[in-house]
Amino acid sequence: MILQQLVNGLTLGSLYALIALGYTMVYGVLLMINFAHSEILMAGAFASCLLLGSPWLQSNSPGVAIVLAMLGGLLISALLALLMERLAYRPLRRAGRLAPLISAIGVSIFLQNAVFLFISDQSLAYPQIFPIRHFETVGVEINSLQLLILGVAVGLMITLHLFVNRTRLGTAIRATAQDASTASLMGIPVNGIIALTFLIGGALGGVAGALNGMYYGTIKYNMGFVPGLKAFTAAVLGGIGNIAGAMWGGFILGILESLAAGLLPNGSDWKDVIAFSILIIVLLFRPEGLFGRHVPDKV
Amino acid sequence: MDKHKWIVWVLGILILGVGPYFLENTSLAFLIRLAGTAGLYMLLALGLNLVIGFVGLLDLGFMAFYALGAYTAALLAIQGWSFIPSALAAMAVAALFRLGVGFPALRLRGDYLAIVTLGFGEVTRLVITNWDALTNGPKGLPRVGQSIPPISLFGFVFTTNLHYYYLIALCVAAAVWICHRLNHSRVGRAWVAIREDEIAAELMGVEVTQQKLVAFGVSAVFAGLAGAIFAHRESFVTPESFTFWESCLLVCAVVLGGMGSVIGVVLGAFCIVALPELLRDLLGTGFASARYLLFGISLVLMAIYRPQGIWPSRRRSLELHRAEPEQETLFDVENKR
Repeated sequence: MILQQLVNGLTLGSLYALIALGYTMVYGVLLMINFAHSEILMAGAFASCLLLGSPWLQSNSPGVAIVLAMLGGLLISALLALLMERLAYRPLRRAGRLAPLISAIGVSIFLQNAVFLFISDQSLAYPQIFPIRHFETVGVEINSLQLLILGVAVGLMITLHLFVNRTRLGTAIRATAQDASTASLMGIPVNGIIALTFLIGGALGGVAGALNGMYYGTIKYNMGFVPGLKAFTAAVLGGIGNIAGAMWGGFILGILESLAAGLLPNGSDWKDVIAFSILIIVLLFRPEGLFGRHVPDKV
Repeated sequence: MDKHKWIVWVLGILILGVGPYFLENTSLAFLIRLAGTAGLYMLLALGLNLVIGFVGLLDLGFMAFYALGAYTAALLAIQGWSFIPSALAAMAVAALFRLGVGFPALRLRGDYLAIVTLGFGEVTRLVITNWDALTNGPKGLPRVGQSIPPISLFGFVFTTNLHYYYLIALCVAAAVWICHRLNHSRVGRAWVAIREDEIAAELMGVEVTQQKLVAFGVSAVFAGLAGAIFAHRESFVTPESFTFWESCLLVCAVVLGGMGSVIGVVLGAFCIVALPELLRDLLGTGFASARYLLFGISLVLMAIYRPQGIWPSRRRSLELHRAEPEQETLFDVENKR
């Protein structure tokens, strides 16, 4: 029973982690909470769903179709995130903390309603491309969908980790996050790096959206909100701005939630309460998150 | 100039006071209800403004206190309490919770405090949704067979939207007056000092924690009162009225109106509630559903082109001129925390 919940939790957690990376990378370089990130997720889900439903993908084999659809979702979301940064956030770089927040809320309302108006105001069924097979070992059941989600998510996270820590561009991202003005003195094109973090965060969010759609089977114009908020919680849990922290935060949150849902009476009703209570408690006692470094206040 | 202003005020009060009375039996009667809703949001925004605008702390879960007020009033009204004691209880419950969360959270700065309030807002809504025994869960109060009676004050029973409009208008006027007086009192000056530079304020003898708690408490009292009136006016409360989105919209109302500006915040709340509705009538049915698109775009445009709000606070704009230079950019990692 516990093992089973662990498996479910890992799946859920890998989705949270993918989304949380988008929040945390943007926060790392801009110190801004991108509340419209949940709409990126929604856009990825819709783009991949519409692609899967389109005739010229259906003629392909399921494997190819899924890869293409996910790539489509990734591309749309990444472009959307870039556009968002360019149009709604870049003009506000020097505007303090609240203006970007308002702008993000505006973007979020706009995107949700654009999908509501022009695509669908109802839930759409996410096409199921391949038959789901169930595997069972030592009393734990895992299905092919969960394996796919875990595989894609963990693969992307490892890639990101290598990218950020091993490449020149990754170093530039870390430098910008640490101190943007010094980074720009060292010849790093800070604006480009900020756009790049939005692009990467958007791409990961788009894939997470597509996987989310597959996992739950339906998508809707406001589907991004709950996973977005949870992923944000995960990012804070791991220490916002901290890339590895966001991944761990996602897995911890997913596992705790699944355990709560499976083991407590009426657990599935109360799992969100537990998630947010953990958020509050962590912030009160360790605001820098479980893996964050403490930044002292300056006078 | 002063004479001119005076005339504007009198005209405004006359229109707001007498206008709805003549609208009641016309096709524009829906405006009365809309104005009432806008008034409730004005109360909320005025409360939130104390925290965001005056003290400078971001709160993303303010709807929690509206919800606590509404549910307290609804539960007590079902038990047969009359309006005044139940509204007082609603305000007290909201304020107690506010102080309970506020006190430990005050050590946190900026974004972290905002996130704690967000978390508390969600926890409150979820507990209300799930605690069937007390709140009847997602179905809301009252349960079948019970009812929340209309407000009755000194023998007068509030039954129509017009009655509630006048009650709410009175409360908004009182709240505006209280905010204005607070802003120009010792307390208000202490808040401004905290907002501008907390450490300097503390060195000058401002009791920072105590003053922040006062702002928290008063803001929750406003929200509790608004919640109590809401519960009676609708005679029905569900958890759906108190989502994170509503909290976000309230923050938008405060920032769009002009942080720290009492009149600005009232205008901001009006825009947030009434504009989407009025746009629907202006645009006609074909474009009705596009109104939220326009609303979203206008939020972005406002943030970019008029971040100080519709009606900026004079005191705050003085302060902004001084703090504007480069040192406060978002790039500056260390200083922002």
